Amino acid sequence: MTGAPVLALRGVSKRFGAVQALTDVHLEVNAGEVVALVGDNGAGKSTLVKTIAGVHPIDEGAIEWEGKPVDINRPQAAQALGVATVYQDLALCDNLDVVGNLFLGRELRRFGTLDEVAMEKRAKELLDTLSIRIPSVRIPIAALSGGQRQVVAIARALVGDPKIVILDEPTAALGVEQTAQVLDLVERLRERGLGVILISHNMADVKAVADTVAVLRLGRNNGVFEVATTSHEEIISAITGATENAVTRRQARLAEEAK
Amino acid sequence: MTTDPTTTATEEAPAPAVAPAIDPRLLVREAGFAGYLSEFKRKMKSGDLGSVPVVLGLILIAAIFQGLTGDFLKADNLTNITKWIAGPGLIAVGVVFVLLLGEIDLSLGSLAGVSAAIAAVLSVRSGVNEWAAVLIAIAAALAMGALHGFFFAKIGVPAFVVTLAGMLAWSGLQNYVLGDKGTANVLNDGVIANLDTYFLGDGDVIYAWLFAILGIVLFGAGQVLDHRRRTAAGLTARPMSEIALRTGVLAVIALAAAYTLNQDRGLPLPLVIFLAVVVITDFVLRRTGYGRQVFAVGGGVEAARRAGINVAWVRISVYMIAAGMAALGGLFIASQQGSADKMLGGGNALMNSIAAAVIGGTSLFGGRGKTWSALLGILVIQSIITGLDLVHVNQAIQYMITGAVLLGAVVLDSVSRRTQKSAGRG
Repeated sequence: MTGAPVLALRGVSKRFGAVQALTDVHLEVNAGEVVALVGDNGAGKSTLVKTIAGVHPIDEGAIEWEGKPVDINRPQAAQALGVATVYQDLALCDNLDVVGNLFLGRELRRFGTLDEVAMEKRAKELLDTLSIRIPSVRIPIAALSGGQRQVVAIARALVGDPKIVILDEPTAALGVEQTAQVLDLVERLRERGLGVILISHNMADVKAVADTVAVLRLGRNNGVFEVATTSHEEIISAITGATENAVTRRQARLAEEAK
Repeated sequence: MTTDPTTTATEEAPAPAVAPAIDPRLLVREAGFAGYLSEFKRKMKSGDLGSVPVVLGLILIAAIFQGLTGDFLKADNLTNITKWIAGPGLIAVGVVFVLLLGEIDLSLGSLAGVSAAIAAVLSVRSGVNEWAAVLIAIAAALAMGALHGFFFAKIGVPAFVVTLAGMLAWSGLQNYVLGDKGTANVLNDGVIANLDTYFLGDGDVIYAWLFAILGIVLFGAGQVLDHRRRTAAGLTARPMSEIALRTGVLAVIALAAAYTLNQDRGLPLPLVIFLAVVVITDFVLRRTGYGRQVFAVGGGVEAARRAGINVAWVRISVYMIAAGMAALGGLFIASQQGSADKMLGGGNALMNSIAAAVIGGTSLFGGRGKTWSALLGILVIQSIITGLDLVHVNQAIQYMITGAVLLGAVVLDSVSRRTQKSAGRG
């Protein structure tokens, strides 16, 4: 974690018509670091991720990649830099097998035709290094469980050798065991020196794998915490804005009345 | 561990300590022939029927009509069937492409008709060179297909409506091109006329044998090469016993077909062209990046788009391919009846082609199918039609029986989809 962070957002703002979705947001992701991005619904997590992924170009501020300012205004530009995004709805083709999905859009070719052997071999290697267990790489995605689909979707993001992986709620619909598998996988991504941005509503997951927690509230930064030295409650209060909520307002009002 | 062939070549090998333990619930395929049989049984049970129902159906149809008439399996009847399937079969290949996207094209019959009309009128009445006329007709069909694709993919009009409009409009154009006479005879012994009537080498027996042996050798060699490459890469390969069985089955079918054709007039040109189109399109769909894109769009539009696939282009190109196939099929139909007329491509020509694709096993729900199903399906339909003609059943009954067979095939498709879902393969 020396030198400039792989990805840094400096004072990023984004506006949709009358809605100021992001205001002056800062975020840094280093290689081999898992940054959890948390916040309530509508806090701007998805918008922030989409600006990094190139879906929504930013209005103000700068994005720096390995210390140099870059423009990310198209999804392809983000992919070319090395940003891989796993969206919540996974976007896998049910009828294609695991190999087909892993290499969809960047198939390996041999004499102009698909090189199924090389793709299957690389798929197996990739899944093995990630310790992903699926029945067969030649099974259609439709036959896999939710957790297996999630790990395939994450593995798919890694085929292009990215430097930053964005995971949007990877454990939202998963059972206990599958969640553990996905969290294991996140740790393995970190071991491989990738920067991971993990969006999650689940504090247990965040505490389990994240190094840093960046809290967004109403489109603004509301604190960046080291997970190791921060309690659950501190994060929650940053998410909900404990300094400004129904309880504190009431206390302030009571104090006012008491005067 | 993938470089270690002992652990990956056979999946039941004990996993090394570092590797993840194999989940006891996972299906493990035994090596060798027993594994092939058990895999086959499992596929049947889970609703992955493949071409088994069609092949059984074909055998049943052949047996029934042979029993009723004694003429069905005669060489000249079978040769006629292989000639007649080319036209509707080529249209059905186009239907397979469209069905793979999960869409439909109702205009293919009209496209076949209008293409045949353009080719015939240009060559006969305007004196254009016949080859040029054929190419112009196919190019016109491609442009019409591109138009359908444009309205569907770019404007977002449902394909059903676009192609319904196309069906009406192109059949109008067909009538307009044919003019008041309403029919244009193809040139005697010209290019179009020969499409149907020519036999390779004017019936020389060598051609049928040559093509049969070529097919067997290419198939067997391809399988063995694939086996070698996969084994070398440390992947599970199809066992040699299975390759031998598959090649053997193909050899029996191909040699029997060659023998039968040689009993009559030899190898018909329409069969050669139809088979070549099926083989080439099958290769394109399974082995090229374009084919993978077609399947991806059929399986999940959003996933395909995010993978960087140009969904609109895939859709437009598929409608162009379907239109091109329809044009080719229309030329064969014109060749067979000796003229392009107002009726060509009308009636139930389109329905037969769609039925053929579905009966052959291509799913109506998109993403599953192969162009071989066009061949199998049209064989079933043409066999029924020919058989019923042999026993002098009138056309009303023919329609009803073909309808029932189509319904049966769709029921099979739906039920197998449901079974596949419950078996976790949907």
